[in-house]
Amino acid sequence: MDTLSVSGLAKSYGSTAVLQGLTFELRPGECYGLLGPNGAGKTTTLRCALGLTAPDAGTIRLAGLPVPERAREARSRVGIVPQMDNLDPDFTAAENLLVYGRYFGLPDRAVHERIPRLLEFAGLGGRAEAKINTLSGGMKRRLTLARALVNDPDILFLDEPTTGLDPQARHLIWERLKQLLAQGKTVLLTTHFMDEAERLCHRLAIMDRGRFIAEGSPREVIAAHIEPEVVEVYGEPGGAPAGPPQGGAAKDMEQAQPANEHHPLPRERGRGDGSLMSAADWARAEAAQFATRVEVTGETAFCYLTESAPLLRHLAGRQGLRYLHRPANLEDVFLKLTGRDLRD
Amino acid sequence: MNAFRPPSPSLRFIPVWRRNFLVWRKLAIPSVLGNLADPMIYMLGLGYGLGALLPEVGGVSYLAFLAAGTVCFSTMNAATFEALYSAFSRMQVQKTWEAILNAPVALDDLVLAELVWAASKASLSGAAILAVVAALGLVSSPLALWALPVVFLAGLAFAALGLIVTALAPSYDFFMYYFTLIVTPMTLISGVFFPVEQLPAAFQALSSLLPLSHAVKLARPLLLGEAPPAAALHIAVLAGYAVTAFWLALGLARRRLLK
Repeated sequence: MDTLSVSGLAKSYGSTAVLQGLTFELRPGECYGLLGPNGAGKTTTLRCALGLTAPDAGTIRLAGLPVPERAREARSRVGIVPQMDNLDPDFTAAENLLVYGRYFGLPDRAVHERIPRLLEFAGLGGRAEAKINTLSGGMKRRLTLARALVNDPDILFLDEPTTGLDPQARHLIWERLKQLLAQGKTVLLTTHFMDEAERLCHRLAIMDRGRFIAEGSPREVIAAHIEPEVVEVYGEPGGAPAGPPQGGAAKDMEQAQPANEHHPLPRERGRGDGSLMSAADWARAEAAQFATRVEVTGETAFCYLTESAPLLRHLAGRQGLRYLHRPANLEDVFLKLTGRDLRD
Repeated sequence: MNAFRPPSPSLRFIPVWRRNFLVWRKLAIPSVLGNLADPMIYMLGLGYGLGALLPEVGGVSYLAFLAAGTVCFSTMNAATFEALYSAFSRMQVQKTWEAILNAPVALDDLVLAELVWAASKASLSGAAILAVVAALGLVSSPLALWALPVVFLAGLAFAALGLIVTALAPSYDFFMYYFTLIVTPMTLISGVFFPVEQLPAAFQALSSLLPLSHAVKLARPLLLGEAPPAAALHIAVLAGYAVTAFWLALGLARRRLLK
């Protein structure tokens, strides 16, 4: 296989095992996604694949060559878009491409020929002479993508390519990646954006603490790990914690808020039937009869279910609760498998 | 793989050298001026100022004595600054090294390119000083042209030492240790400003272990029109420093960047 194949990859730093026996293979022409929280080992996997970090165990073949033994040669057939831009600030856009092309042993003439096409592809057609510090974040990322193509590689590695970009820029990058995939290139992508993974990846793997915890096409992973539908339930803004039901003629009431309360009470606002509830309390009391699984985070209740109609009917009759009904997506799988705790 | 295995660079260091050259070209004039001005001021100020007070030093006028010292001193400073501040900026701040290592360039090639580039820059400034020295009539014979390869070799030695410091430095401030503890004392005991023989024996011995005095012992006779005695020894010491320090710097860089 002339793309990337990794078998039994293991790497530890001191006593921390960062990669614990990873095995995967890229099929030619596919986009393969590596997803995972911070510290999962995605960037370490990329670095091992490129021969920039020596693994403790495992075999790697990149572009048909063993890594790290022939990593330098293998990298001549790969294009890499790193997480942080590292364009040469002293050069113009065109000079960045020229200088980079030389690292691949390409003669100047050949690179000069490619530069207009590459800039055009990046949407920087008129900006060959632009200095890097005049380019926006999105333009720099597009230029970095163009730079990764200077050697016309068959394999591309992208490390969080749209982090920090606005929606227009993200969509442009996605379109370009789809074009590259249509040309038959193979792409390995790491990302935190589940919509990106769902849009672009033919197959993906979710990593945590150095292991794969889910693998397959986006649909397969969603179907295998989570209920098909989600109803997110929020308390209305101004909704109060449950108290005894107010009798008949409830009017707007102001509740005094002591200034030194650690958790100031929200203001009560009277509603017709007087039932005032937060989503969390509602969920604890009533969600279980409607949903297979319920997660409460702060003031939001996530209800995972197969059949949403009963719950939606129930909520329609409920005052004080707002909801969002949608299909389950990769982010739900991700949070279910890796948890909602921060990974610093 | 052991970080301190022997270096195995390839010709891929050339495009990295070219990249540095291209950046330099954009800022060439201020750069050359900077490398030229400082040592010239020392040389002319001390040479004429002190020279008027001093009898012959080492058999010649103080200005003529100082000329060779100045050539070596400026070569050392130029190589050191490039291998320290510029290389560190590329490695740590701009992440240029990271970008280059994503290409089919090994760290061996990259560090060699930085080494040869710093030596090239130093050679340019050394050559410029040599030209000024010649213009002042302080050069007696064409033997002085041999000072150019000496300057390049010295540039390699000092750049290699500088790259060790860069590979270890957590920040720019760290470089002060190197200048204060090594470069400045070395400058004062290596025959740049006065003959080494003026020093107590212990310092003379120390001086002979350090590369700068060897560069001076090659450059001064050449500028004064004589073949340097024990040239092979001095060349060997400079080359030895260049090779050993490069090996060590590369090993440290591998440990820092490729773990």
